Amino acid sequence: MKFRRYFGEHLFPPMLGAALFLVVWMILAQSSEALPGPMKTLDSAIALFSDPFYQKTPNDQGIGWNILNSLGRVGVGFGLAALIGIPLGFIVGRIQFIDKMTSPIISMLRPVSPLAWLPIGLLVFKAANPAAIWVIFISSIWPMIINTAMGVRQLPQDYMNVARVLNLSEWKIFTKILFPAVMPYMLTGIRLAVGTAWLVIVAAEMLTGGVGIGFWVWDEWNNLNVEHIIIAIFVVGIVGLLLEMLLVRIAKRFSY
Amino acid sequence: MKNYVHIENAQMSFETRKGVFVALKDVSLNIARGEFISLIGHSGCGKSTLLNLVAGLLMPTEGVLLCADREIGGPGPDRGVVFQNHSLLPWLTCFENVHLAVERVFSASEDKAQLEIRTRNALALVHLTHAEDKYPHEISGGMKQRVGIARALSMQPKVLLMDEPFGALDALTRAQLQDELMKIVAKTNSTVIMVTHDVDEAVLLSDRVVMMTNGPAATIGEILEVNLPRPRNRLELAGDVEYMRLRSEVLRFLYERHAHPAAA
Repeated sequence: MKFRRYFGEHLFPPMLGAALFLVVWMILAQSSEALPGPMKTLDSAIALFSDPFYQKTPNDQGIGWNILNSLGRVGVGFGLAALIGIPLGFIVGRIQFIDKMTSPIISMLRPVSPLAWLPIGLLVFKAANPAAIWVIFISSIWPMIINTAMGVRQLPQDYMNVARVLNLSEWKIFTKILFPAVMPYMLTGIRLAVGTAWLVIVAAEMLTGGVGIGFWVWDEWNNLNVEHIIIAIFVVGIVGLLLEMLLVRIAKRFSY
Repeated sequence: MKNYVHIENAQMSFETRKGVFVALKDVSLNIARGEFISLIGHSGCGKSTLLNLVAGLLMPTEGVLLCADREIGGPGPDRGVVFQNHSLLPWLTCFENVHLAVERVFSASEDKAQLEIRTRNALALVHLTHAEDKYPHEISGGMKQRVGIARALSMQPKVLLMDEPFGALDALTRAQLQDELMKIVAKTNSTVIMVTHDVDEAVLLSDRVVMMTNGPAATIGEILEVNLPRPRNRLELAGDVEYMRLRSEVLRFLYERHAHPAAA
């Protein structure tokens, strides 16, 4: 009885959704010659994932390597952005003058599509890989600055009053009050940044080439291997979902 | 010491968009060492502003405030503050919250073990030894307020400043904490200034009740001496003639002579 209720409330709806999705996909595949159906894609996926880490030539490597390379670029670009963006966010949030100084620039640059920065990266770094990392950097720095600064600005006055009546040193204020209070906002910024970075990396790699899930999609398009393109879409989606889940789990630890 | 806390012609005005707003005007008050003072008045009468002036969180636009013969130039550990909403840091345990204060005041002169003993003693004073490793969200509102009191007292302040410390608590918890506060004050011989809007609380706890007129430009209207013997017992006082007289004095001040403008 208990299981039936759990099944009905929590398992049945997503299963039905997935089933409908597959049916629609099958119908579309039936009526189109180019689009492969779910079974054909699954066969191809099994073949692909049976040897994910082969290395034939520098440009022909297993799906595992492609995913790891993309994640590596996201990691480096995002890490650099965090290293600069989070301290910058604290400064912008804490010092009104700097906030007013930087806010028009940030508001103007933030809506720019990250890919528009790619030529600048290619020009400056004269290589594809750092240019891709640069695009990730620039796309993930804005949410981190903005959210960290917002956290600092929304610091409850009560906490600052505590700091004042206890006469805490600047260092203690930072480590015991400011940093923990801003942490949840910072993590929201990080989550948004990682989400954007993972969106952008596929597009950036299509343009820069090399080993990576984005270029792999482009390569398979040139080979007209549509099954692989569909697999890539699933892979990108699942990796993105896992990143999001990981960060939500971290954020839960720091919510008070 | 008769003038342990000395307030002379203090005036506080704020710049607002509509011009200058005078919150407090011509406030003069002397508080003796070991005295328990309540500030009572309708909301918006500037009683919290006066407390914040003594705390050093606000600077008077005119007048002087002294604490133990030294001018109050900002917040300092010689004046411990208990906030209405407890203001504990949610990411620190009760022990760590108190320790933060202890560390700031005594770390120059004492070693780690001594600082920990001080922290434990402060928590023991408010009967919270069992909850020292709990986080604020794990304990009740009354317990949080007790941690706030422990934090303020742990600094061994010259004056304890309390801003409606029990205002957010239910009546039973409030009564219990009032009794505890009376015991702690008797034990530590603290000088206390407490803001309240509760007439019974003011009369029960205080040596003098300072009644404030309505703002803007609020000031001290009357000061009522409470000469009830200590230790005081709320049950015995409930039928006490003198207690009832004092209580109705305060009520008459608040509801007859200085009724709240919105209620009038």
